Amino acid sequence: MSGATMRIPRLRRKRRGPWRSKLRTVDMFATGTVGLRTRKARAAFTALGIAIGIASMVSVMGISASSRADLLAELDKLGTNLLQVRPGQTTFGDAAPLSADAPAMVRRVGPVQSATSLSQIKTTVQRNDAVDKDDQNGITTMGSEVNLPATLGATLASGRTHDEASVRLPTVVLGSVAAQRLGIDNVDDGPRILIGGEWFNVIGILDSLPLNPDIDRAALIGLESARDIFGVKALPSAIYVRTDPAQVEAVRGVLARTASPGSPNEVDVSRPSDALAARAEVDKNLQTLLLGLGGVALLVGGVGIANVMVISVLERQGEIGVRRALGATRSHIRNQFVVESTLLSLIGGVLGVAIGFGVTTVYARRQEWLVDLPMQGLVFGVAAALVIGAVAGLYPAVRAARLDPAVAVRPAA
Amino acid sequence: MSVNPVLELRDVVREYPGSPPVRAIDGVTLQISASELVAIVGPSGSGKSTLLNLIGTLDRPTSGTLLIDAVDTSELTDSALAGLRAARLGFVFQQFHLLGGMSAVDNVATGLLYRGDTKKSRRNRSVAALERVGLGHRLDHTPNKLSGGERQRVAIARALVGDPAIVLADEPTGNLDSRTSEEIVELLHGLHREGSTIVVITHDRELAARLPRQVTVRDGQIEDDERDPSNHDCTDHNGLIGATS
Repeated sequence: MSGATMRIPRLRRKRRGPWRSKLRTVDMFATGTVGLRTRKARAAFTALGIAIGIASMVSVMGISASSRADLLAELDKLGTNLLQVRPGQTTFGDAAPLSADAPAMVRRVGPVQSATSLSQIKTTVQRNDAVDKDDQNGITTMGSEVNLPATLGATLASGRTHDEASVRLPTVVLGSVAAQRLGIDNVDDGPRILIGGEWFNVIGILDSLPLNPDIDRAALIGLESARDIFGVKALPSAIYVRTDPAQVEAVRGVLARTASPGSPNEVDVSRPSDALAARAEVDKNLQTLLLGLGGVALLVGGVGIANVMVISVLERQGEIGVRRALGATRSHIRNQFVVESTLLSLIGGVLGVAIGFGVTTVYARRQEWLVDLPMQGLVFGVAAALVIGAVAGLYPAVRAARLDPAVAVRPAA
Repeated sequence: MSVNPVLELRDVVREYPGSPPVRAIDGVTLQISASELVAIVGPSGSGKSTLLNLIGTLDRPTSGTLLIDAVDTSELTDSALAGLRAARLGFVFQQFHLLGGMSAVDNVATGLLYRGDTKKSRRNRSVAALERVGLGHRLDHTPNKLSGGERQRVAIARALVGDPAIVLADEPTGNLDSRTSEEIVELLHGLHREGSTIVVITHDRELAARLPRQVTVRDGQIEDDERDPSNHDCTDHNGLIGATS
């Protein structure tokens, strides 16, 4: 057999040829908008799916950021440099009272700016003698010092606080809750209440103290009058300590030993603002749940985009065929559809961030919070939209690019 | 007759897989020179549409050689073929295939999109091409505001705008009434007189008979290749068509 007649299969690589198909970048993006411009209503509904997902996630982020910003602002105002010393328990579980000298000893610690003690007095509080003695409304009587409002930063809703003179007289300053429960909202007409069967003049009502809810429910009388009228020498049931803000931890470390040098382990030292700070973290679970729901909405939005793009590719076979005939390469077709779905998603994302910020603002205003629009929400929203759009568009785009141009220019009639 | 053909098919076969395989094109050898106006005519099922796809490089031959501008297309990659179509071929489809929601001038400009021309140059050339097909007064109309004949003129302008070596027209009058068809045929003649190379694929013998050369396809083979001397006016390059409407 002659070798010359044998067909040798061509193994040579294909050549790029003398002609180049070329699409300018700006035209690539313009081409990606054709589908959106010619099918506006569909584009709007598809983008809405993404917008809802992004909006819900951005609002969750915005609302919790605003709530936290508000709590932190409140904390800032109240100060995080207030410490509290309370009597603890002995190793056997018995109550271990603080000594009467403890407040004075605490005041001697260098960075302590001020300290005030409260001593609970076991007695009764009545609006008048017609009220049942057993009905205490959860109001406790406390012996207090003159510097209590200054140390706690307490402000007055009405009247005045104890001074060096009134602290020795049968006068009482009520916490906000106590006043409300006794039905006293101002001291203008000199109200009086019965404490341990003795009439006390109400000289002032405190505003609510978010860090010291027990004081809100207290009737505060002078330590001296407690001793003079009831004849008891009450031991401190709490010492509040205001320290140099830079030295809070240092002071906290020495307070137990200072207040009770013999048995520091029988003293409880805490920072009331920690409880409030914890509240800022408490709703993490709920936030995660809501973010998850937003994520599901986003996913559904992404599937919606993929769906619409698949349909769009089917409908636009003719267009794809013509573009291929006019010289578009497979990548030009693929890029066109990826750009289209990404733009679609981006429109939804921007819309969603705007809605999310709107919801945050309205909600925070209504709650009288500070409005904190999280910039990471903006970045997240736009980035998520871009990624979702590109991913959702990829499969339909690849299908469009793989269409046989000869078939595409003559769609099945 | 020009010595160098713009299009040359040498023993081209296109087989579709199956059992037995279907030979839609069965050994076609054909040369088309610059400035020719050729009808490829045949009944449906004759393989003329497959031939159009092959000539338009939308499809590749199973065997044989297809040369455009003396370049063997079988050696080109898919994107090199796209580049060839962008630079050297123009298509006119029976269904027009204009992009809805886009003005006539933007539709024509799509014909230059994949050549990397600037937007301004695309627009200028598109306006000129629309004026050439007699649609200078319809530049900003969208396809749904144009008549069938006008749409086909836009499609022809789109095929012409890049100065292709060959314009391939697939049943260009297939969706048009007889009067509009007449106008389109006149337009093709006019463009041919200006020097364009045009291949018209049609099943319409009457239409084919009015063109200077008729290639008859039957059962995937060339049955007849006739030149009509009376109609052979491709050397006459002074016929301007301006407004044919």
